[in-house]
Amino acid sequence: MKFLRDAFDGYKPDFMPGGKLEKWYPVFETIETFFFTPDHVTTSGSHIRDGVDIKRLMTVVVLALMPALFFGMYNIGYFHFEELVALGQQDSYTFMEAFLFGLGKLLPIIIVSYGVGIGVEFIFAMFYGHGIHEGYFVTGMLIPLIVPVDLPLWMLAVAIVFGVVIGKEIFGGTGMNILNPALLVRAFLFFAYPTFMSGDKVWVADALKTGTEGLPDGMSGATILGQLGTGAEAAFPTINGAAYSVMDMFIGFIPGSVGETSTLAILIGAVMLLLSGVASWRIMLSGVIGAAIMSFLFKIWGANELMLFGCKHLLIGGFAFGLVFMATDPVSAAQTNTGKWIYGFLIGFLSILLRVLNGFPEAVMLVILLLNVFAPTIDHYVVQASVKRRNKRIEDKIKKALSV
Amino acid sequence: MSKDIRIKRGVNIKLVGQAEMMFADVAKSKIYSLSPDNFHGITPKLAVRAGDKVKAGDTLFYSKHNDKIKFTSPVSGEVSEIVRGAKRKILEVKVLADADTTYKEFDTKMSSKEEVIETLTESGAWVFVKQRPYDVIANPSDKPKAIFISAYNSAPLAANLDFALQGKEESLQKGIDVLSKLTRGKIHLSVDGSNPSKVFSNITGVEKHNVTGPHPAGNVGVQIHHIDPVNKGERVWVVAPQDLAIIGDLFITGKFNAERVVAITGSEVSKPQYVKTIAGSSIDVLLKGNLKEGDKRIISGNALTGTKITDKGYLGFYDNQITVLPEGKTHRFFGWVPWLYNNIFSIAGSSFASKDKEYALNTNKNGEVRGFVVTGEMEKVFPFDIYPMYLVKSIMYNDIGEMEMQGIYEVAPEDFALAEVINTSKIDIQKIVRDGLDVMIEEVG
Repeated sequence: MKFLRDAFDGYKPDFMPGGKLEKWYPVFETIETFFFTPDHVTTSGSHIRDGVDIKRLMTVVVLALMPALFFGMYNIGYFHFEELVALGQQDSYTFMEAFLFGLGKLLPIIIVSYGVGIGVEFIFAMFYGHGIHEGYFVTGMLIPLIVPVDLPLWMLAVAIVFGVVIGKEIFGGTGMNILNPALLVRAFLFFAYPTFMSGDKVWVADALKTGTEGLPDGMSGATILGQLGTGAEAAFPTINGAAYSVMDMFIGFIPGSVGETSTLAILIGAVMLLLSGVASWRIMLSGVIGAAIMSFLFKIWGANELMLFGCKHLLIGGFAFGLVFMATDPVSAAQTNTGKWIYGFLIGFLSILLRVLNGFPEAVMLVILLLNVFAPTIDHYVVQASVKRRNKRIEDKIKKALSV
Repeated sequence: MSKDIRIKRGVNIKLVGQAEMMFADVAKSKIYSLSPDNFHGITPKLAVRAGDKVKAGDTLFYSKHNDKIKFTSPVSGEVSEIVRGAKRKILEVKVLADADTTYKEFDTKMSSKEEVIETLTESGAWVFVKQRPYDVIANPSDKPKAIFISAYNSAPLAANLDFALQGKEESLQKGIDVLSKLTRGKIHLSVDGSNPSKVFSNITGVEKHNVTGPHPAGNVGVQIHHIDPVNKGERVWVVAPQDLAIIGDLFITGKFNAERVVAITGSEVSKPQYVKTIAGSSIDVLLKGNLKEGDKRIISGNALTGTKITDKGYLGFYDNQITVLPEGKTHRFFGWVPWLYNNIFSIAGSSFASKDKEYALNTNKNGEVRGFVVTGEMEKVFPFDIYPMYLVKSIMYNDIGEMEMQGIYEVAPEDFALAEVINTSKIDIQKIVRDGLDVMIEEVG
């Protein structure tokens, strides 16, 4: 790799202050640090440092997203070809065909997500003269996993510009934001383009098309939550008429946004995040506990199909994905350990509450955004408890001194 | 009677190059240097000029703000040079040592607090008494509520105190007797509970604490927090064990003899051993012929809190250890790939880091400086009832009231050393904490 290193060292002076391409330094720096860890050394304080930096951390998160991404691609193809088989246009299909179909559908979204997002980051990085921060590396992969597969790319681009600028850059970039930028993109789409995003059929490829290209009569691309919300029978017709089993829900043969369908793939990602210590196990565990309690209570109440669905709620919709990859975002989550327990629990508890009582399929997204806003408040009270213990020491001393 | 303190949060960083328990033969340094930078917050006023003859114990310079705090020559000889930097700032006062040291005689009477303070300040031994809060040299006119001594050195590659202080039992006991004149409160002595030191086993006049747990359990600040925390307006004083022996010797012999045992450690040292030397000795005689090839960093002190010095530099006044590490000014190809370069450990909570392996770490930052992203990592190595990130952030936005509420009076930069090591965003936290403490000295005092 010496020739590459030599090349970087050769071009570097042009990008340094005084060089002719000085303004483009952030771009150069980003590319250079992609290939080589910088040779920055410590100057004072601790002379040795841990091997983990933000780049490594974000890489782990993106790797943890891979199972969900790959399954999501297959899921897109699976529903597409199941349609064709049901329509009688095709007899059978292979795993690879399904996967490649999904890849073809998703690749443009991924490209637009990274292209637009990193473009915005570049502009801000050049404006402030710092390198590109790695935060968008994860955000850019999260976004394709939580939007409908048929989303027009221009809508996606507008939403990403909003999400990155309003969600992150105006606060000062990675580490300073209050809300999770990826969720903000999703929320923006939900509120800005309700005619596209509403309805429960956007989650299967080509489901919105009409006529001969669309779904055949009697078939539905509706999600389980969508069907439950409209009060459908307990046995939900799948794309080919059979009911979704719990196993389907766990493995992911259900309609939904790209990344959220397979609880199994998400769990593999969760294990990676927890073993590497990147995500907070407190948030995940308390989130599951909160959701389980709420689902259980509704099951006892049992007034409608949504309530009777019970703990299966944990397997469907965006719950697992949101809890593992969105709620654990360290920047927008609660920062204290006690705060994380409260934050995670409330996310689980409120997600199911909102989902069941309001019939909001997007409940998880909205609840995480809500708790993002409340996280600093939760932390405030946790930290104040420590401050109070400190103040009490003085008060006790004064009391003791006065009583003598 | 002894009490037990168990520290759970922390981590022992095992580095290659633990000093073997034997003394290496080294030549005596010709030049000794006293640097005002070793004494944080001190503005020096010179008491000597180049060419002056001094005895060991003669004042070289004193504090501009408190002329009782004097800094004396560790050896006898001739002031050879006063090194100045920008704006004529005094960087070093160098003394060319005589072949045989002659000592100034000090009064060893210790019937009252005033007499003890007089001898300590006149001899220059007072600078061994530091105070919390703020981690600076104590003010002799303060009334400390207690004095703390940590005889548990948990820092990476730290000197073995039993070995370094062998035969000094009498001096240590005398030192304790001296300190007992300085406070009406208790003198707390903490020892390593899992491997109690022998030299301190018969010390009397102290309250003993057995401290167990990983670094920073040996930091005196951690012990104070768990024994008798510092509240606003209170002062406690701290003395390090080797310095305590020097104070004891002073009152036994009447001479200021800043002799100490220094551990020469680190992966770049051929034969890690101990040496006997005097504070301010030049480094090259201590390391002569004992270094490996390659780009190195010489640290006076330990790898977490020490000061970077050159190979022509001098041993820091308080330091009992020299650490030599490989300099890390290299690029790593695809260094961010998680499964590559795993020789660099990840303490931040990864369960993969091996507990017993010794690491030969270099000084590379392993990343670029970023804003705070990861939460909860500092808490894992910060055994205080304080939220470290909130405190650090309050210092960064310079809110004095908030710093006070978040507990700044209880911490010293060294307590954040491990937090700095594991910080994913590569922020220099110890420097931030030092700046915060300086702001508090200025504003609150």
